[in-house]
Amino acid sequence: MPSKPFAITLKPGTSLANLTGTWRTARPVYLDRLPPCNNACPAGENIQGWLFHAESGDYEQAWRVLVQDNPLPAVMGRVCYHPCEGACNRGQLDSAVGINSVERFLGDEAIKRGWKFEVPAHGSGKKVLVVGAGPSGLSAAYHLACMGHKVEIHEAGPLAGGMMRFGIPKYRLPRDVLDAEVQRILDLGVTLKLNTKVASIDLSMRQGGFDAAFLAVGAHIGKRTTIPAGDASHIVDAVSVLRSMEGEDKPMLGRKVVVYGGGNTAIDVARTVKRMGGEPIIVYRRTRDKAPAHDFEIEEALQEGVMIKWLSTIKQAGAGEITVEKMELDDKGFPQPTGEFETLAADSVVLALGQDVDLSLLDGVPGLEVKDGVVQVAPNMMTGFPGIFAGGDMVPSQRTVTVAVGHGKKAARHIDAWLNGTNYESAAKHELAEFEKLNPWYYSDADKTVRPMLDIIRRQTSFDEVQGGLDETNALFEARRCLSCGNCFECDNCYGVCPDNAVIKLGPGKGFEFNYDYCKGCGICVAECPCGAIKMVAEDI
Amino acid sequence: MSFQPVKFYQTGTYTVGNRLLAPDERSVQANQMRGNSINSGHRACQGCGEALGARYAIDAAMVESNGQLIAANATGCLEVFSTPYPESSWQVPWIHSLFGNTAAVATGIAAAMKAKGRHEVRVVAQGGDGGTTDIGFGCLSGMFERNDDVLYICYDNEGYMNTGVQRSSATPPAARTATTMPVGPEPGNVFGQGKNVPEIAMAHGIPYVATATVADLRDLEYKVRKAMRMHGARYIQIFVPCPLGWGTASHDTIRIARLAKESGMFPVFEAEHGEVTSVLKIRNKVAIGEYLKPQKRFAHLFGKHAHPETVARLQAIADRNIRKYGLLEEETD
Ligand SMILES: Cc1cc2nc3c(=O)[nH]c(=O)nc-3n(C[C@H](O)[C@H](O)[C@H](O)COP(=O)(O)OP(=O)(O)OC[C@H]3O[C@@H](n4cnc5c(N)ncnc54)[C@H](O)[C@@H]3O)c2cc1C
Ligand SMILES: Cc1ncc(C[n+]2csc(CCOP(=O)(O)OP(=O)(O)O)c2C)c(N)n1
Ligand code: SF4
Ligand code: SF4
Ligand code: SF4
Ligand SMILES: [Mg+2]
Repeated sequence: MPSKPFAITLKPGTSLANLTGTWRTARPVYLDRLPPCNNACPAGENIQGWLFHAESGDYEQAWRVLVQDNPLPAVMGRVCYHPCEGACNRGQLDSAVGINSVERFLGDEAIKRGWKFEVPAHGSGKKVLVVGAGPSGLSAAYHLACMGHKVEIHEAGPLAGGMMRFGIPKYRLPRDVLDAEVQRILDLGVTLKLNTKVASIDLSMRQGGFDAAFLAVGAHIGKRTTIPAGDASHIVDAVSVLRSMEGEDKPMLGRKVVVYGGGNTAIDVARTVKRMGGEPIIVYRRTRDKAPAHDFEIEEALQEGVMIKWLSTIKQAGAGEITVEKMELDDKGFPQPTGEFETLAADSVVLALGQDVDLSLLDGVPGLEVKDGVVQVAPNMMTGFPGIFAGGDMVPSQRTVTVAVGHGKKAARHIDAWLNGTNYESAAKHELAEFEKLNPWYYSDADKTVRPMLDIIRRQTSFDEVQGGLDETNALFEARRCLSCGNCFECDNCYGVCPDNAVIKLGPGKGFEFNYDYCKGCGICVAECPCGAIKMVAEDI
Repeated sequence: MSFQPVKFYQTGTYTVGNRLLAPDERSVQANQMRGNSINSGHRACQGCGEALGARYAIDAAMVESNGQLIAANATGCLEVFSTPYPESSWQVPWIHSLFGNTAAVATGIAAAMKAKGRHEVRVVAQGGDGGTTDIGFGCLSGMFERNDDVLYICYDNEGYMNTGVQRSSATPPAARTATTMPVGPEPGNVFGQGKNVPEIAMAHGIPYVATATVADLRDLEYKVRKAMRMHGARYIQIFVPCPLGWGTASHDTIRIARLAKESGMFPVFEAEHGEVTSVLKIRNKVAIGEYLKPQKRFAHLFGKHAHPETVARLQAIADRNIRKYGLLEEETD
């Protein structure tokens, strides 16, 4: 008796016996690419990484990932000039993700909920001196403390914060926010000695028995320029004006205040004067587009009624008035005098022409190199003297809070290695997740959430914070606008689009795997991955 | 919009799934335990749109029928690549009909199930465009006219691919195939009526007619599942690019289907009892050239001896579809 029906000689079987993977000439592989935001962040934040948690509403986890790189998110969310957003791929779709506003939301949430850093279980037994409690010093102290080192900060001023407290005005950075983030760092066991100016680093290190030092003294000496001035003229520098705003005796500037300079400091002083009831006028020798201040800051100042005289230099300062000369730009874009003069009423002149570094604490330290008034450091942030590292405004760099924080982190890693007699090797950078690597079809259209601004009258008359924050719903919305560039966000596309079922879904949080037994190497999964987290590599054949 | 889109600003309803969507908002294809009606190891070309479209459709039909499904399959690529004797990729009860009679075979299965009182068992028939619009057309029209309880799915790759890319009545004008003018002043398929089977199906007044593409999974699943909840004759035509026959890169299959829809060349809509009830709107309209250029079957329209007038005629077809079906979102100002 034949066991099979007529004409059937083979047993039926499944096509799984046919390993179509042998057809392949190239294979898809999962990878993490470096999102442009992360790449642009001077503090090296893993932005895509923390947004990922914020997207699911797990704000604490988002905050914890964030503070692995930057201990000051609430400050950052207010004063950082967010180069990340300038680089954000979503900018090429509709508008950049409001990274900075989500960061602020997380920072504020952490303060509200009282989230703390984890104190390391074991100490290293090493002692590090940090000079200066500005952003760079605080960042270094935080990272060093997390690594188990004993950290002591010596700060010349009466309070911690550096330029975050004695430069940036309250209406941009409320002090309770700054205080909360500083305190959280101190809670790690960091010792902060206020009113303790380091006069000689060598002496302070020996006296305290420190194994290494991180210097972050900032740049506090206001640059002067020679303006022919009568005795009755009242000329002061911007940094001291802003600093005295923090003390008991507010600066006496009169009603008509001329601010000389075109940087962010000039803008901050002018806006401060406005809030004190004065009539500020900024005098700057070049044009608005050439001014170093950020355009949004100029715009906010103008909105508040700050006057600005572009293309003007101060020729002379006298009692109650100044003489300015009109300038014009030459073909190279440099301002040239025109010989046309004008007088302006001025009860005082505030010079906002930049700051120099006070390097006297380094007197007598051998091996140091000082160029253009700043201390030169090696790529590991170490000065020419072994064991003394430096960062922030006192080394060659862009002078921002974020760069200062980044320096503090980087220095901490190298100090840690140096203390252990090793070298810190940073992990190789992943390839960049450029916009061309994405498949933007899959993202729905969603415009950026705009942060609320304080009404203009209160901006002109009070030091209340100008820019508001996001609330839970719009912070979540904003986080979910992230395209997750270069990093899988479990959209299931690759799993869905494979004609050969050659993608295995491992389950929530576990990602995906290729089944190379059947993958024919068509590349559809690569083409349809929204965020560029898969690439094709040639097979060796 | 034919289905309720998920308001989710990160990926909306465009991706297959998303870790943040509630399980009931995800597609069948996103499910870790999905059926995989066509198993791995099938012999379809790299990047085959038909293999993908068939899994999308039959997996959805299986879910909607609680696994009580029988599929009849016309001769053609889908049958040949899935079932080289003695192997089969099918993980559903499946029967190979002839090239031209799959609608009739499915009708017979449905009748048999009815006679046996197996009302829960549902029947689909599936075939290529050749098996549907050409040789199988008589059986199909009869199935419509009798309103037999079958969902017929046509996988439209615009030609007889299994036998070497011959022209079918679904081949678009100007496309080159093995049986159209290879050279001369107007190479490729002639301009003419072709055969618009979705519209012919609508003219039968059957309960449900829809078109779909492999680029819009959510819409496709919605339509298959909706059709499976209905009884009587139903017809879905799924646009499935064929890398081999169209001369496209294997990784471009979904992109090409998306461009067909976004250019208006392939209108995506659904109709009940002969009336259009919804269309899938164009999201980012593209000129027809963007759809044609990546395809070698249209290569003669571009380059050194370009045929801009022919491209313009194809654009006119797309424009007519856009007008006729209202594929563009109305301007709101
Ligand atoms: C008005 C103004 C507004 C600004 N606005 C912004 C902004 O919106 N966003 C932005 O990113 N950046 C801004 N910046 C720049 C930013 O504030 C600085 O780049 C940043 O604070 C530098 O950090 P730092 O830690 O290097 O130095 P600092 O913040 O200057 O801190 C240095 C600290 O060291 C202390 N110190 C100095 N010498 C000694 C010593 N010998 N012993 C002990 N302690 C010492 C100082 O008292 C100070 O606390 C602004 C700057 C100014 C002036
Ligand atoms: C009666 C009959 N004529 C011709 C053939 C040869 N044949 C097998 S498949 C096929 C073409 C199939 O084209 P289509 O239905 O569009 O399916 P595709 O392969 O494109 O998916 C032909 C002509 C046949 N099997 N039976
Ligand atoms: S979309 Fe997200 S990951 Fe991409 S650059 Fe913007 S914030 Fe970064
Ligand atoms: S879609 Fe499938 S077959 Fe194609 S390359 Fe990706 S895993 Fe391989
Ligand atoms: S397609 Fe989606 S699930 Fe697959 S790797 Fe890309 S982001 Fe992750
Ligand atoms: Mg066909």
